[in-house]
Amino acid sequence: MPSADAGARPGADASAAVADAHRREWAFVLAATARVTRDIDLAEECVQDAYVAALDAWSRQGVPRNPGAWLTTAARRRALDALRRDRTLRAKLPLLIEPDPPLAGPAPRPGGGTSADGRAEDDVIPDDRLRLVFTCCHPALAREAQVALTLRLVCGLTTAEIAQAFLVSEPAMAARVTRAKKKISAARISYRVPGAAELPDRLDAVLTVVHLLYTTGHTAPGGENLVRADLVDRAIALARMIQALMPDEREASGLLALLLLTDARRATRADAAGRLLLLEDQDRSRWDRDAIGEGATLVAGALRGGRPGRFALQAAIAALHAEAPSYQQTDWPQLLQLYGELLRAWPSPVVALNRAVVRAMVDGPAAALAEIADLEPDQRLAGYRYLPAAKADLLRRLGRRGQAAQAYRAALELTENTAEREFLARRIAEVSAPQGPAEPA
Amino acid sequence: MTQYAILIYENESAYMNPAPEVWQTAMQAHTRFAGQVGEKGGKILGGEALQPTPTATSVRADVVTDGPFAETKEALGGFYLIEARDLDHALEIAKLCPAPYGGVEVRPILDTSGG
Repeated sequence: MPSADAGARPGADASAAVADAHRREWAFVLAATARVTRDIDLAEECVQDAYVAALDAWSRQGVPRNPGAWLTTAARRRALDALRRDRTLRAKLPLLIEPDPPLAGPAPRPGGGTSADGRAEDDVIPDDRLRLVFTCCHPALAREAQVALTLRLVCGLTTAEIAQAFLVSEPAMAARVTRAKKKISAARISYRVPGAAELPDRLDAVLTVVHLLYTTGHTAPGGENLVRADLVDRAIALARMIQALMPDEREASGLLALLLLTDARRATRADAAGRLLLLEDQDRSRWDRDAIGEGATLVAGALRGGRPGRFALQAAIAALHAEAPSYQQTDWPQLLQLYGELLRAWPSPVVALNRAVVRAMVDGPAAALAEIADLEPDQRLAGYRYLPAAKADLLRRLGRRGQAAQAYRAALELTENTAEREFLARRIAEVSAPQGPAEPA
Repeated sequence: MTQYAILIYENESAYMNPAPEVWQTAMQAHTRFAGQVGEKGGKILGGEALQPTPTATSVRADVVTDGPFAETKEALGGFYLIEARDLDHALEIAKLCPAPYGGVEVRPILDTSGG
């Protein structure tokens, strides 16, 4: 019988609190536990057990003030028990980490309680989330393994969820995760934050993984929906976490700014029927002004103090778009200059393609077409659907309808996302219609 | 410390009929490498250069065939067995290993002592 007081509530509260703690605290709890176990699989097992225990304990005793600390203590206690039971077995396993010189002690210490050797504890649980992130994104792992491990270990997603996000079968994803974990332990990929000399490259790998997660969610590679909100939200949460843990790293700020500024337009990228809307057709009054404000502040910081990196520059470009009152009143010459700087910082043919599109707004479609023609032989762009799509749009604006239709068809062949396919099909119909205004579909 | 093999894969044609300078340069580079490993805090436990793959004989399920196990453009031409703190340390050392006509592969050694 439901009653007016909170008698029936604790259970519901507890499961909501556990779900919330799973989303917010998973990385912290796992990272702190891995320091004790020095073995990722064992750490994962103990953390999962701790969450199960939390559901029961919190519904009986109420939700603790600091759920993350509660879970960490519970998981580490399980880890110490397991280690004690299996001491002889564990001695033979390759260890995940060397203890850090300043932290090296006789025994790993859980937060609270007493340690294996009976000494009183300090309550401070070190924040090891960066170690976890840098380990998952170690360059000795293939990019797809980095992405899968980050989602699994840092975000706490299940293998099934990751498999679904990347459109691969669950056994295939499970094998990928297992292979990567095995490599971490057999090859002794260390569980640490890289030193200053390696940091720029290693941080770039981490940010690239987060950016890849975002772009995969931003325009889903296949399927019905243009945006995969779960992946986008995870990516932004990761970028936020990394920026909070490394506030002085300008590229970390740059990435968070880029994601916030791009995501501010999420609600307007498709119409009510799910059809793709281009930047020029989006309702700017519905853009998320809070996200744009936060992003713009971060960009300003990321651009200061030396030559900006590729994420800061991309964020600066996104900020110019986000703050422009309309498509026509966008500062295209400034954008062209930023793309030039970005191309120097990150000589990618995709950047060159984007710059060509901006060139069209400054110097006209013919100048842009010439730039794209120079890019076409680049093998790295073979199969990249936005090249024929950009070319088609320029040809359409020049009134070269036959060639435009041909290019749109080439783009369509390379596109699997339903919303994008419908957009291209509409364009083909427009440029293939008899001269004059296109017939409404 | 963990043991790793640094496997040196190179295009062998570079060494097939080498000019004396090529050979000399290679020998000097490897001598220099041996010194650098110690400076980096690692240790070389062993290593050899191999005769080129035309001298190789493969055995698979007791069938003996002429040639290397797998035909690739870059063949295993030599190896080092080293000791390093972790993979990052091993890679730092491997980056110094001379392999101008190819590259190197770092593999952790499997402990088969069992027991």
